[in-house]
Amino acid sequence: MNGNTIFKSRMAKREALEGLLFAAPLLLGLLVFTLYPVLDSLYISFTKYNIFTPPKFIGLQNYRNLVNDSLFWQSLRITTIYSVISVPLQLVAGFAVALLMNQKVRGITIFRTIYYLPSVVSGVAVSLLWVWIFNPDYGLANVMLRAAHLPTQKWLTDPHTALGSFIFMSLWGIGGGMIIYLAGLQGVPQHLYESASMDGANIYQKFRHVTLPMMTPIIFYNLVMGIIGSFQVFTQAFVMTSGGPANSTLFYVLYLFRQAFNYFHMGYASAMAWVLFAIILVLTLLVLKSSAAWVYYEGERKR
Amino acid sequence: MTHRKRIRIELTIKFVIYLILCAGSIIFLLPFLWMVSTSLKPASQVMVYPPKWIPHPIMWINYVKGWTTLPFTLYLENTCIITFSVIAGTLFTASLAAYSFSRLRWPGRDIVFVITLATLMLPSQVTMIPVFLMFRDVGWLDTFKPLTVGAWLGGGAVNIFLIRQFMMTIPVELEEAARLDGCSTFGIYWRIVMPQLKTCLAVVAIFTFLATWNDFMGPLIYLTTPDKYTLALGLQFFQGHYGVTMHYLMAVSLIVMAPCLLLFFLAQKLFVTGIALVGIKG
Repeated sequence: MNGNTIFKSRMAKREALEGLLFAAPLLLGLLVFTLYPVLDSLYISFTKYNIFTPPKFIGLQNYRNLVNDSLFWQSLRITTIYSVISVPLQLVAGFAVALLMNQKVRGITIFRTIYYLPSVVSGVAVSLLWVWIFNPDYGLANVMLRAAHLPTQKWLTDPHTALGSFIFMSLWGIGGGMIIYLAGLQGVPQHLYESASMDGANIYQKFRHVTLPMMTPIIFYNLVMGIIGSFQVFTQAFVMTSGGPANSTLFYVLYLFRQAFNYFHMGYASAMAWVLFAIILVLTLLVLKSSAAWVYYEGERKR
Repeated sequence: MTHRKRIRIELTIKFVIYLILCAGSIIFLLPFLWMVSTSLKPASQVMVYPPKWIPHPIMWINYVKGWTTLPFTLYLENTCIITFSVIAGTLFTASLAAYSFSRLRWPGRDIVFVITLATLMLPSQVTMIPVFLMFRDVGWLDTFKPLTVGAWLGGGAVNIFLIRQFMMTIPVELEEAARLDGCSTFGIYWRIVMPQLKTCLAVVAIFTFLATWNDFMGPLIYLTTPDKYTLALGLQFFQGHYGVTMHYLMAVSLIVMAPCLLLFFLAQKLFVTGIALVGIKG
């Protein structure tokens, strides 16, 4: 070995050490807040554990109990309905607004600001605002309906309309998705439209064969994020209805939270968390698998 | 002739689009206006149909009365402490990790990076219970530590990914030159790389601020003494508080929202680039 290689290997060792040091907070975080808790959570899901007495191993009993728990199925049903309706609705509405804004209209920055504004606020304050908007007697929602001579609704106070109210409210937040679409639309190369025009394509054909394919990766991203988010709704349900009336807005995570921190059924709640993980994983993989059929990546063209 | 016709059609289309966008804007703004209107009403005008959009007299005092019904100033302090710590921790440790991933070679680096990204798929509910039990065992329940310590240990996969992507676009020549001048690795990171990350770090800071400021589940799980409440928790408690009516509730909610709205107006450009960055690269 000559001096140069010794020097080099010493440098490499030093770099490796520094690399580990720089990543040390993250490594510790991964270990303490991800790897260990994931294993522990899996173990707890096989036990009966009320946090006051030591956990007792009961095998698959929690998972078996889930199957017979009507509230579990109710929460799963509610959350699925919410997801299946609100995610596509937000996708289409967000995309449509982005398309409108992408036409070179005047004052687009003002429009962009206004439509995005609701996405900046979230949490308890927004939930309280919507409780007031949905007030059956004096709320804004019924004020508007009355002004339009339409029948008023009971919104959050009626089991038939409560979940619908949540879906309606979720549309107020399409601004986040809209901005992502808008950025994507502005990135579509102009020459594609020009050559489509030269081939005699009309507006619809340009949209169908240029805009839409170029936007599919972004639609895909928004779809996956939308699904994951919709299965984790919590704050709105906790603040606005606490799951009622008649469990009609008992979202999955709300029920999980109750099992864990109100009833201290830690084993049961952990089993619920793993079922949630499985659902999200399967849905994401399904979307991912389907994406080969409808998502267009620019790189493929070159092959 | 056909040219003129086409221009006329285009103008009509533009006009229609304009109309739709304007109508939509009104719908999107109405909840905010409704909120402001309610927050300024005298109690007697809150529950009235048809509603009076412009209250008379305008009750600015609602903001003071609502705010002082509960110790909201204390909740504000608590929220600021937590938010500040989370932002500082995230910016520091996420950028450290990002630097390590993008500039330094060490065994297992790429696997760790993949694992870090994989944590994005893991819903927080899976780790929630064991983490809660851990904090209980070290006696940190009812303190701010459970809400901040995670930020000092990596600061979240999204942020690491974002900063790393941004770092990859920075040319390394400057760093190599500094290295030849005898600058230490930490010196390079701190004095050469970090200043070039300003935009990216600002974006991360903004979104971390919004998430922490509005976080509800974390404080709900960990904070039990009213003295330690955050604004979000205090607001929820305020809702169930005896004798609290809508005008106070809306006034305080608006105050709680205000920093988020203000931040958005001040840093609108960063928001837009940030979202586009996360959305397209993620």
